[in-house]
This record gives sequence, structure tokens and C-alpha cells, in this order.
Amino acid sequence: MRPEHGDRKGPPPHGENGERKGPPRGGLPEETRTLEEIGGYMIGDTAEDFSLKNVDGSMVSLSDYKDAKGYIVTFTCNECPFSKLYEDRLIALNNTYAPKGYPVIAINSNNPSNEKEGFEAMQKRAEEKGFTFPYLVDEGQKLYTKYGAVRTPNVFLLDQDLKVQYIGTIDDNSKSPEDVKVKYVENAIAALEKGEKPNPSTTKAIGCPIK
Amino acid sequence: MLTIAQKNIVFLVATLLFCISCKENKEEQTTEIITSNYIETEIPVYNFNDLEPLLYTNKDKIYIVNFWAMWCAPCVKELPYLQQLQAKNPDIEILLVSLDFPKDIDTKLKPFLKERNISSKVVLLDDPDANSWIDKINPEWSGAIPFTIIFNNETRKFYERSFENLEDIENEISKNFKQ
Repeated sequence: MRPEHGDRKGPPPHGENGERKGPPRGGLPEETRTLEEIGGYMIGDTAEDFSLKNVDGSMVSLSDYKDAKGYIVTFTCNECPFSKLYEDRLIALNNTYAPKGYPVIAINSNNPSNEKEGFEAMQKRAEEKGFTFPYLVDEGQKLYTKYGAVRTPNVFLLDQDLKVQYIGTIDDNSKSPEDVKVKYVENAIAALEKGEKPNPSTTKAIGCPIK
Repeated sequence: MLTIAQKNIVFLVATLLFCISCKENKEEQTTEIITSNYIETEIPVYNFNDLEPLLYTNKDKIYIVNFWAMWCAPCVKELPYLQQLQAKNPDIEILLVSLDFPKDIDTKLKPFLKERNISSKVVLLDDPDANSWIDKINPEWSGAIPFTIIFNNETRKFYERSFENLEDIENEISKNFKQ
């Protein structure tokens, strides 16, 4: 019988005598494209409004939301497994927070010429899942570079004045909603409601590259 | 309803079948090792603490750790280049860290690796609170994959991008590492 895949064995260390090599030594990290080079918004920057086509054919801008106290701008897509894992949680976020003045606005920045990510596929996905929020196509793929969205899903929480207050993931467990311990976006909104700065203001997550 | 005797027989037959299947599998595994390059019949599931020691070395040989997943198209595209590199340079240690789901190991991941003749060591990283470990690997990493670390005991290079071809990886190695 083959062993269970859940079986955890200690990894054989590369070092001799099983000694772990401490923190990285040697040269400074080098990347071909650092976060700074990608650019995009930092906390405190003012985000630009946009006008993008929704799956219902209408054009949507942040300025359409007259009574908004903030915006949960989320870069997501149809196919990424991590995006899919968060679809139900995005719907729940919108249903809870849109009435309180924090609507979810979902944007797909993948190349719309990709059949599985294109406008029609987006319409289909929105209908299947019953999205209660707009799902916008980033034609020309310009918005995600402006924001600095690097993967999906990626949330930018903006305040009333479009100032970026939180960038990152929705919560601390993508795979299993019932095991979530920290709800980053909800905590960030709670901080804004109290007139405080979200802490943490940025988080990272594994996600799919926007292509 | 089964009588106790019948139950015992059922149990006995089940045990026998179980043992036969053990034996068959063992033989199958042995043949697999002999006939193919695919030595890694088992894919361990690690959390970040398990994985971390594999990201460092005190040797001067070159290690490549590639974070990938079957669902990530650019990752899948660059896997053959890593395999080509491995074939040309048996001394380079390549580790593929899959971010796929543990439930897919037997049904999807193993067939995927077999189909593509991937001979490198593969481990699966299952540690959902990625925010807690991404910065420990590299503060510059956004969390998008593919992501690759090329390192030895002196130099570490991080690549948050996919490699274009075999030459692309070879250039990065020759540019940054003495060989």
C-alpha cells in the first residue's frame, strides 16, 4: 500500500550534520522585476477612479457610489483557483459591507482575448456564482499596473477620498474558510470606521499572476 | 445480517486482498524506480518550517528551488526548461515546490509529473497563512508564482518571473555563479 500523502517526514537538510544554515548569506537579493519597479500604489496614495465595463454592459466608476465610505476594490479572475476559493467570501463581504458603505468592486485584469477570462466568460461566471457586486473587465489591461496588482486575488481597500488604506489578502486562510483566524479586510474596515489606520496595512498571499 | 462466522470470512478475505495489493504495489514501485527516472514516488507535504531548511545550503554547489503549481500556466510552461537544465547539469540540485492542493496529489499531481517525465524532487507546500512566510523567503516577493531561488552557500538570486527558455536560466547561472 502506498503511504498516505499527508504523511509528513522531516526534510533532509542540505547542510552537513543536519545543521540548518541560518539567515541568507551572500549577495543582496536580486529580482528582475521588483515590487518598486512594477510600481503601483503605496498605502496613503490616492487611487485614480476608472470607468470600466461591467458584466451587465453598464460602465462603472467609483464616483457612481455617492454614499460610499470606502471601496473594496478587488482584482480577481475566472480561472485562478485562489480567486475561486474567495468568490463566496467576496459575495459575503459585499452583502455585509455594501449596505454599510463599503461595496466590493471586482476587476478582471487578465487579457480579455483569453477565452476563459474574456468578457463572455466573465458574464457566465458572474451569473453562475450570483455575484452581488460589479465584475469589471480591464480592457487594455492598464488599471492593474496603475494599482500595482500583482496577483489574483488582490484587494485594495480605499477610503472615501480614494486613499489606499489596505493592500493584500482577504483573510489568513485561502484554502479553508472555516479555519480563518484573521480577517484582514474586515479588520481594516473596522479600523477605518474607528478613524484608525488598518494594522497590518499590507499582507501577502500566494496567487495567480495577472497575464 | 451476517453471522459472526460470515463476518470473519469477509474480514479474512479483505485482509488477504489487502496484503496482495500491498505486495503488488511494492513490486510496481520497484519496477518504477528501475525503469524510469521518476524516483520521487512519494510527494511529501510540508509546512513552511519543514521547507525552510531546504532553502539554504553550506555547500558551493548550485541549488534551484522553484515555486509552482499545476494551475499556473507560466509555471507549467517553464518546467521543461528546468528539466533540460537538470539533464545537462546533474550536479545542480533542483527542488520543485508545488503549491497545489494536497487532495490532488494522487489524482492529479503524480499523473501530471509522470506524463511530463519530471525527475526533479517535488514537495508540496501546504501552509495556508502565506502572509506569515512569504517575507521570510524574500521580502520582495509579492506571492505571485512562478518564483525561483537560485543559490549556493555564497549567493542567492530571486526571480519573480518565468524563465523564457533554457538559455535564460543558464545565463542567470553563469552570470551570477562560479562553476
